[in-house]
Amino acid sequence: MARALVEKRIDWTGIFFAVALTIVIVFPLLVVGTWAFTNVWRYPSVIPQEFGLKFWQQTLARADVWSAITMSLSLATVVTLLSAIICLPAAYAFARMDFPGRNILFFSFLAGHAFPKFGLLVAIAGIFLSLNLIGTFWGVVLIQLVGTLLFMIWIPVAAFQSVDRRMEEAARDVGAGPFRVFWSITLPQAGPTIAAAVLLSFVGTFYETEGAWLIGAPQIRTLPVLMISFINNQPVIQYGAVLSVLLWVPSFIALLFARRVISSGSFAKGFGG
Amino acid sequence: MSVLDIKNVTKSFSTTKAVDDFTLSVGDGELVCLLGPSGSGKSTLLRMIGGFETPTSGHVAIDGEDVTRVPPEKRPTGMVFQSHALWTHMNVFKNLAFGLKLRRLPEAEIKRKVEAVLELVGLGGFGHRATNQLSGGQQQRVALARSLVLEPKILLLDEPFASLDQHLRERLREEVRDIQQRLKITTLFVTHGQDEALALADRIVVMRDGRTEQADRPDVVYREPATPFVAGFIGTMNLVDGTVANGTFTHSGFAVPLPAGDGAATLAVRPEALEIVSATGAGMAKIHRVTDYGTHAIVDIELPDGTRLKSMTSEARDWSHGQPIDLRPKAFAAYRDNAAIHRSN
Repeated sequence: MARALVEKRIDWTGIFFAVALTIVIVFPLLVVGTWAFTNVWRYPSVIPQEFGLKFWQQTLARADVWSAITMSLSLATVVTLLSAIICLPAAYAFARMDFPGRNILFFSFLAGHAFPKFGLLVAIAGIFLSLNLIGTFWGVVLIQLVGTLLFMIWIPVAAFQSVDRRMEEAARDVGAGPFRVFWSITLPQAGPTIAAAVLLSFVGTFYETEGAWLIGAPQIRTLPVLMISFINNQPVIQYGAVLSVLLWVPSFIALLFARRVISSGSFAKGFGG
Repeated sequence: MSVLDIKNVTKSFSTTKAVDDFTLSVGDGELVCLLGPSGSGKSTLLRMIGGFETPTSGHVAIDGEDVTRVPPEKRPTGMVFQSHALWTHMNVFKNLAFGLKLRRLPEAEIKRKVEAVLELVGLGGFGHRATNQLSGGQQQRVALARSLVLEPKILLLDEPFASLDQHLRERLREEVRDIQQRLKITTLFVTHGQDEALALADRIVVMRDGRTEQADRPDVVYREPATPFVAGFIGTMNLVDGTVANGTFTHSGFAVPLPAGDGAATLAVRPEALEIVSATGAGMAKIHRVTDYGTHAIVDIELPDGTRLKSMTSEARDWSHGQPIDLRPKAFAAYRDNAAIHRSN
C-alpha cells in the first residue's frame, strides 16, 4: 500500500533536471547533426529546405580530411600505447611499493592540470622549438602523452590498490613467480578499470586540440585542428558540421566498447579508490 | 623425524616484536593449532612458514631443509587464507587448475586431480561455477581444495572459518579434521577460538606476545594450564588473586587450603570444579544470579569485595539472590610468578 503511493508520486525535481539537461546537451547536438545532413537551409525557415548528403560527399572527397583522420587515429593509438607502456608499471609501483618522494611524485601528475594549459603549452613549445620537435609527429606525441599521464597513472593506481593482496599471495603460494602473479592475477583483476583508463586516454587524445595545434601546425593536422580551420575559414557551415559528426564516431564506439568492458562499479572504483 | 622445524625465530616490525624467539617442531601428519588473542604473533608465524614474511632472525626448515629465505612459490606449503582469496576472474576449476598448470601437468591429469579434490571437499560437479556463485562455506572449501590439490607437505590454515557463522564453522571444522586425517597431512591451524583448537588439534600451542605460553595436548592444556594466561584463555576459568599465609590462600573471605610458601598467588578454579554448599558459618559469599541452560546451570557468585566467580552445577537448586553460601573448590591450581606452584585434582 505504502509502496504504491511512493511509486505514484511524481518526481518534479527529477523531471526538471532531465528536461534541462536534455535541452543543454541534446539540442546543440541536434542542430549540428541537422546541419551535417542539410543541403540548403536559409533564414527564416525552422527546418532545412533540402536534406541531403551533398556535403558529406564533398567533405569526404577532400584529401586533407582523409589525411587528418589517419593522422588523428595513428596519433591517438601511438600515444595510448606509449602511455600504457610507461604508466602501467609506474602505476603498479605507486600502488604497491614505498619509495622516497612517492607522494610528491604522485601529486606532481596533477600539476600539469592545475595550471592554465595554454601557458604550459607555450612554454613547452619554446623548448620543443630548440629541440626541432615543432611540426613533427613525435613532437605532438610527446605533448599529448603529457596530457594522458594523469588518467593513466591515477586510475590504474586505484585499480591496483583495490586488488586483494591475499589473492596475489595465494597465487605465489601455488607456485607462481612475481611476474606470473602480475600477469595472471593482478592485471585481470584490475583489467576493467585499466581498460576504462586506456579508453579515456584514447578518446582524450583523439580530441586533444591545443597541443596538437600549437606543436603540430602546420605540418601535423589532426581532425579537430582541421575542423577548427574549416569553421574559421570556410563560409559554408556544413563542412564543420560534417567533421563534427565524424568526430563523434570514435567516442561513440568507445562508449559502446566501454559498456561491454566496464562491469558495473569498476569505473567508479577507479576514481574512488 | 619432524616435518617442520622452527628454531629461535624472531620477527620485528619497526619497534615491536611480533614473534619473539619462537621454537617449535611439528611431526609428520600432526595437526597443531596456534592459539592466541589477536596480536599474539600466530598469523605472523604462519606467514613466515608460508614464506610471506622473512624472519628477522632464526631459521625455518621443512623436511630438514632450510627454507628461511625461500620465496612462497618454491615452498612445499599450501596456505588457506581467512578471506579465502579465490581468484574471482576464474571459475572454480581454473582456480584449482592454476597451480597444476604452472607445474606443466598434462590436461587430462589436471582434470582428474581437480575433480578428485572437488569430490574430497564435497563440491563434486562445481567446477564450472563462478566463485561469486558460491556460499561462504563453499568458497572456503574451494580455497582448501586449491591448496590440497597440489599435495603440499604442510597445510597452513589462517583462521579459515573466522568469517563464517558458528554452525557452519563447526561443520567445516569437522570436515577439515576428517580430510586431514584421511590424507595424513601435516597441518598448522591458526585460530583465536579455544573451542576450535580443543576440537581440532593434536597439539595446541598457546601464544602470547610472540612467545609460547604452553604447547601440549588439548586435554592437558585444558586440565593443567601452565600459566594463569593459559588458564584464563582456554575455557572458562575463575582467576582470583590473593595471598598465601600459613598454608591457606585467602581473598576477601574466600579461603582455600594451599600447601605453598607464604606470598602472593593466583588461584584458578574451573566453574565445574567450584562447588556451592549451604552456608555453615558466616557465609561471606553470596548468590548473585542463576542462569539455567537446561542441561546445566551457571551460578554467578559475588565475594564481599565485589569479585565475581562462576560455578557450574547440574543440580537444580533453588538458589536465590543474595543468599549467603560457602564455596568449596574440588580441583584447582595456584600460580606464582607466571608458573604453577600447586595443583589439586
